[in-house]
Amino acid sequence: MHHARRRGNRGHVTLNEIILHVNGRAYAARVEDHWTLLDVLRNQLGFTGAKKGCDQGSCGACTVLLDGIAVQSCLVLAVQSQGRSIVTIEGLARDGRLDPLQSAFHEVGAIQCGFCTPGMILSAKALLLRNPDPSEDQIKEALSGNLCRCTGYVKIVQAVKMAAAERSQAAGAAPQDVALRADPAPQAGSGT
Amino acid sequence: MKPDYVNIGGRMPRVDGIVKAAGEAMYAADLSLPGMLHGRLLRSPHPHARILGVDTSAAAALPDVHAVITSRDTSGFLAGGIGSPGNEPYLALDKARFVGDAVAAVAAVDEETAERALELIDVQYEVLNPVLDPFSAMRPGAPLVHDDAPGNLSFETDLSFGDVDDAFSTCDYVREDEFETAPIRHGFIEPHAALASWETSGRLTFWGSKQSPYFTYRNMAKALGIPMSRVRIVQPHLGGGFGGKNEMFNVDFCAALLSITTGRPVKVVVSQEEVLYAYRQRHPAWIKLKTGFMNDGTLVAVDADIVADGGAYKGIGALSLFLMCTFLALPYRVPHLRAKGRRVYTNTQPSCAMRGHGVPQVRYAAEVQLDMAASDLGLDPLEVRIKNAIQPGDTTGNEFRITSCGLTETLVAARDTAERWRREIPAATEPHLKRGIGVASYGYVSGPRIAGHNTSAALIKVHEDGRVGLATGSSDCGQGSSTVLSQIAAEVLGVRLEDVQYASLDSEIVPVDPGVFGSRVTFITGNAVKRAAEDVRRQLAGVAAGILGVDPEDLVFRDRRVFVEGDPERGIPFDRLVKSAQYSGTGMTLLGRGYWAPEGIDLPRFDTGMGNQSGAYSFGTQVAAVEVDTETGRVKVLRLAVAHDCGQPINEMLVEGQLEGSSIGGVGHTFTECIQRRQGQTMNASFLEYRMPTALDACPVESTHTDTTDEMGPYGAKEAGEGVQVAIMPALVNAVHDAIGVWFKRVPITPEAVVAALRGSSAGATPNGGAKGGADGDGPDEDRGPT
Ligand code: FES
Ligand code: FES
Repeated sequence: MHHARRRGNRGHVTLNEIILHVNGRAYAARVEDHWTLLDVLRNQLGFTGAKKGCDQGSCGACTVLLDGIAVQSCLVLAVQSQGRSIVTIEGLARDGRLDPLQSAFHEVGAIQCGFCTPGMILSAKALLLRNPDPSEDQIKEALSGNLCRCTGYVKIVQAVKMAAAERSQAAGAAPQDVALRADPAPQAGSGT
Repeated sequence: MKPDYVNIGGRMPRVDGIVKAAGEAMYAADLSLPGMLHGRLLRSPHPHARILGVDTSAAAALPDVHAVITSRDTSGFLAGGIGSPGNEPYLALDKARFVGDAVAAVAAVDEETAERALELIDVQYEVLNPVLDPFSAMRPGAPLVHDDAPGNLSFETDLSFGDVDDAFSTCDYVREDEFETAPIRHGFIEPHAALASWETSGRLTFWGSKQSPYFTYRNMAKALGIPMSRVRIVQPHLGGGFGGKNEMFNVDFCAALLSITTGRPVKVVVSQEEVLYAYRQRHPAWIKLKTGFMNDGTLVAVDADIVADGGAYKGIGALSLFLMCTFLALPYRVPHLRAKGRRVYTNTQPSCAMRGHGVPQVRYAAEVQLDMAASDLGLDPLEVRIKNAIQPGDTTGNEFRITSCGLTETLVAARDTAERWRREIPAATEPHLKRGIGVASYGYVSGPRIAGHNTSAALIKVHEDGRVGLATGSSDCGQGSSTVLSQIAAEVLGVRLEDVQYASLDSEIVPVDPGVFGSRVTFITGNAVKRAAEDVRRQLAGVAAGILGVDPEDLVFRDRRVFVEGDPERGIPFDRLVKSAQYSGTGMTLLGRGYWAPEGIDLPRFDTGMGNQSGAYSFGTQVAAVEVDTETGRVKVLRLAVAHDCGQPINEMLVEGQLEGSSIGGVGHTFTECIQRRQGQTMNASFLEYRMPTALDACPVESTHTDTTDEMGPYGAKEAGEGVQVAIMPALVNAVHDAIGVWFKRVPITPEAVVAALRGSSAGATPNGGAKGGADGDGPDEDRGPT
């Protein structure tokens, strides 16, 4: 469905009406073709936990899960995200309980200014979904697209290790993670 | 024996950790208000140009554009310039002085429309010859960045004590070297953002990504010509600062003026690209350093000639230069010192404070040169440091009064670490990989005084349920001050950290604070919080004494109870006491206030470098182990260690976080980071091209702290945030020398520079303009040289 809107000196531009599935809920949004998922999440749907650090795909602060895979939402168009499961940092806590990764980041001191934190946690989440018991090198590799100037990454890596260890102990963790994956299965090329 | 604290010294998660982990923490760019407009700034594409005229009519006529402003709409206020008048307009007046200088601003219904309006603004420039490096800027006849600054001299410091010339003639050994550091960026991930809302009553409310909110409070009032009390600054969460968000910027001013002009709230968020080319950088410095020693390693005299590229404006550069000169007097005993510094204007982005503020540049030079000298004298560089280490009770020739000081202890700890590493780290298996270990030391201030007002203050309100609300004027830019300050309040009142709620800063009611710079918050604001909490404790003790029938002095506040000393059973729970106080009689209000600044701290004499800067000084020694690939020139950092004296750490986990972040940041400064410009245009204005460390560069960071307690610091604490970034560069450079026998006198040490140095060419491929210095091969050992 298309809507027209008056825009600056470009006269009328077309708005697409799309449905986005964010954190298990469907949202209707009107977007222009070139609008990024990040801008629509932040400006239209109010998911400001996704941060805009660079808008160029080089800092990872905007990372969200798209069908369980970590993507930089400043590089994904909103219109491409229809019909896929989007998880932002706001969707990670369940029933008022933080995800083990969120708790681990808090407890070991992996958070300082916190601006990189949502993206960092979601990149780590995607890693643990595909590899529940990662090595230190695999953790570093998975987080290498997320910049942090405050922590020097030492405690971030430690937090991911701790969450992985906890997760392998807690049998109850599995169902929640399954919910993060959507049908259909992740497509090749959709991740970063 | 250390007292038995409940809330001090442990490993406590930060008070703002959960909101940040949950994604609920709001940063300036996350905020919006009904009817809010979006602003964008138009920037000069020229490094140096006269502005002949600005035609905004087409932009203003664009539908959905609400306002276009230029300097014509401003009072022409000039910002910056501590100790002397400033010279930086928020919108360029007559000239644009660097690529990125703001010329106009637009408010429109959305960012895209504002962006299109910028394209319609017609600026007529007369392009002028730029000066792009300080040495050409100082040449006679060079174009002037500011007409009133002949020779493009921004500021000069001339520090001298002892008799340097005479002293050199008595030395057994004197050497002279030239060092050079690169322009680097602060690297915070959150770009500058500001939201301003003007009320017709004449009040402005402002939310911004400000590290020192009261800089903005003062300058906003001056620039807009309104009383300070009509500027209300509210501080949201802050995404890092590192010195680069201290000052009020054009983005802040334009949000406010556009709101006044349009009668609507206006938000301006700059892009990360703009942050890199149009905002601040660390002063690149050229340091000629001459040092004299006796044969036994005793340091006798230092003579330094420092040129710092200040970029286009004054800002707070006088302090930067002052610190560069004065921190040649620490952390060793220097009987004779001369430090001449010149800060020079160029047509590049302005330089300002960055973590360690001026000190990393000079300590890089001095600590590397110390190793060079030790190597020539056949001495162990660590022993040379121990021999010359400054001691408690010393006063430096420029009047720094050293009270608590654990430098020697940190050196001994570093020696142990280095020895252990030599045992633990095996030699590289491949012949082209060389490993080495280096050390370097530092001293730093716990809150420098820069102007008259040096006092920080705290307010405490005890809630009716016994929880404690705390507010101060010091913002938490990620370093953890809200946690540390809450711990101090909790300790005084005998409650737990989770009982304290740290309120967001609101200038409407929170007292003015000098700012969050120079590692001052734990030391100075911490003391203010302690006093505010003691004020409330006194009030509560009075009530408890009445209930328990004892003297208030005999009461202990501990573990959420107030009880009689020596008789813990005779007491009352804290929350019950609070309720009794608030509901007995007609009711009592529990409010505490406290303010503090160290007494007897001199106003800095920026021109002579004399005067005691701080109530306490922190010290430390950094150890680094590296592996150099002699084929590719790449350097891998294997391990880092910091032994430091921050007094009594208030929170070990947070202190560690500071050490780790500072150290890994320093790895970037040493090996990869450098702002590259061509004709004044920044060529690497993105995180892809400007390479900061990633998780792949993280290495283990060991930390130990000395058993030092500072008399003046709250619970004995001193700073821990900035000093640790001072010695990391030289420790790494010394480690590289240990590995391959090459001294690098210019940072960053790129792979090209390593390879070139090993091939015997000292040209050094360091991508830092104005090439001088480079690498010095002192004849790589046969067994370590490249094949
Ligand atoms: S904002 Fe998307 S990667 Fe930086
Ligand atoms: S915590 Fe500040 S950028 Fe990571």
